[in-house]
Amino acid sequence: MHEIKSSKTYRDKAKEASGKPATLGKDVDLSSYVGSTDEQPYQADPSKLPAKTKKQMLEVGVVLDDVSQRSGTFIQMDNTPVHSSIRQEGIEVMATSQALEKYDWLSDYWWQAVAVDTDKYTANVELNQHDGYFVRALPGSKTIYPVQACLYLTKARLAQNVHNVIIAEEDSELHIITGCTTASSEEAGLHLGVSEFYIKRGAKVTFTMIHSWNPEVAVRPRTGIIVERDGMFLNNYVIMKPVHSLQTNPTARCVGDNAVVRFNSILAAPPGSNIDLGSQAFLNATGAKTEIISRAITTGGSIIARGYIEGNAPEVKGHLECRGLILQGEGVIHAIPELKGNLAGIDLSHEAAVGKIAEEEVEYLMARGLTRTEATAVIVRGFLNVDIEGLPPMLSAELRRAVEASERDVM
Amino acid sequence: MNDVMLSIRQLTVEVEGRELLHNIGLEIKSGETHILFGPNGSGKSTLLMAIMGFPKYQITKGKIIFKGKDITGLSLDDRARLGIGMSFQRPPVVRGVKTRDMVAACLKGQGNQEDINQLAEKSDLADFLDREINYGFSGGEIKRAEMMQLLAQKPELSLLDEPESGVDLVNIALIGQLINELLEKNCPIRKRKCMGLIITHTGHILDYVNARTGYVMLDGKIVCEGDPHEILATIKEKGYEECVKCMK
Repeated sequence: MHEIKSSKTYRDKAKEASGKPATLGKDVDLSSYVGSTDEQPYQADPSKLPAKTKKQMLEVGVVLDDVSQRSGTFIQMDNTPVHSSIRQEGIEVMATSQALEKYDWLSDYWWQAVAVDTDKYTANVELNQHDGYFVRALPGSKTIYPVQACLYLTKARLAQNVHNVIIAEEDSELHIITGCTTASSEEAGLHLGVSEFYIKRGAKVTFTMIHSWNPEVAVRPRTGIIVERDGMFLNNYVIMKPVHSLQTNPTARCVGDNAVVRFNSILAAPPGSNIDLGSQAFLNATGAKTEIISRAITTGGSIIARGYIEGNAPEVKGHLECRGLILQGEGVIHAIPELKGNLAGIDLSHEAAVGKIAEEEVEYLMARGLTRTEATAVIVRGFLNVDIEGLPPMLSAELRRAVEASERDVM
Repeated sequence: MNDVMLSIRQLTVEVEGRELLHNIGLEIKSGETHILFGPNGSGKSTLLMAIMGFPKYQITKGKIIFKGKDITGLSLDDRARLGIGMSFQRPPVVRGVKTRDMVAACLKGQGNQEDINQLAEKSDLADFLDREINYGFSGGEIKRAEMMQLLAQKPELSLLDEPESGVDLVNIALIGQLINELLEKNCPIRKRKCMGLIITHTGHILDYVNARTGYVMLDGKIVCEGDPHEILATIKEKGYEECVKCMK
């Protein structure tokens, strides 16, 4: 097991917060999960992982047989990093413990975008953390292909505690695709993931996260993003498979002039799924911009789609859009868009809509010769097809593939 | 002598319990184009919707025979697959669904991206393929998009609900051209198979599309049948009041 260097202050704060419930989401009893497990062997060549494992990772966008279109790879199984590699100069990819050993300065970033005492989950990550990934783009370097990272749960009732740090140095461009999944389709598990993003002046980061869990897994990611002047952060999140309980509310702070943050979320909740997903953007510098878009579909599960934009500086602009479709059953979609403006001259707006597919639209497609089922599928596919500005075409295609691969389950 | 391909017999249609069409009868032979005239609310669109098979339009009496088959009880999509297509007066916006996806759906796997691009070029909609269908489209763009979809669908019977309304004069010529292609107007008459039933308010479309028969609808009934140009000239000169008088 890797020991994580962390200061006593954080440990003390974490201990104090270890019983602090989260402000949102159903409480998860941490004592019902195993805190650690045996180490997994290092895989120098991840293409030699078992075919079933690779297939599951592929479903969440992690390609192991041919990594020619990836600029780096990180894999963590349970609580052990089992592979990290890079294929492009100017990019660093390694386990967090290794990065903390290598860079003393990393402690300056540790728990700066997410507070260690946010709730018992962040506290648990501090007190029981087992790596996670460190990805850094050096100043001016631009990735052509994305870095891929996979956080994989294999052991039953395991609590996976990871702490990721992503730094895009000035004028760099970094694309990351992260897949989080589980080996078992039925075993319970808990994924606690802290991710801290630092987008420096003029840097651009796209972060595409695809989750595929099972009906017994609880998930509590805690994400903070700090965007400096002229920086851009684009976050895409997809969950189309069942999950017992997922609650997350990533928070971005635009601290530099003209910083831009975009969140796109595509959520599907089959029966039994409980998803509470939000996105928050604090526009704290002149000219900062944000766009928060979510598309939620339920076929019986429950989705809370939150969005919060706060304008705290002149000439900031933000738009929030929550749209939900209740396809069948007793699904629930609760859209909670919130805007807060703290001074004149800001421009914040939102739109939210929850409902069923309009019969008029179905009939329009049926008049073109499609059956009712085909027409519904076309409309659902369109609904989930969020055009993501700024996402490289390759990643757009991968995101679309991930969504389309699960559409049949949704239908 | 061409065969009768669409035969509507004593058709009575209700919408939400209210009878809107009464004992309608008309026949269209293979390759023919017919025109429906009538003031607002006379039942023209209702007739097209009923022929297309929209569930809201309940046929309470009479029959629709298409290609020798009684389609009165057939569903909307079954009718479309049998060869009936419709261009809508005010089609819905389907958010997220690209124009390209709609054309692909109409092609039913019978064409590729190149075919879609060609149809878009022809309809002057090349820049619209990756836009959401009908979202933010002008009146003319909507009509051209409808025609483009029908050209992909290739129905034998096209029901066109005011294809020229909201279209400027320059674009009416293009719409006319697309209708002529859809209705195989460039084929010799005896070889022509495709049929059209077109609603027009202004009659402008008759400057571009030849039609054999015209009907006047008033209060849910067909009250007059004849040469469409003659009917249009009468309406232009004397208005529908003359039709009302004529009925008396």
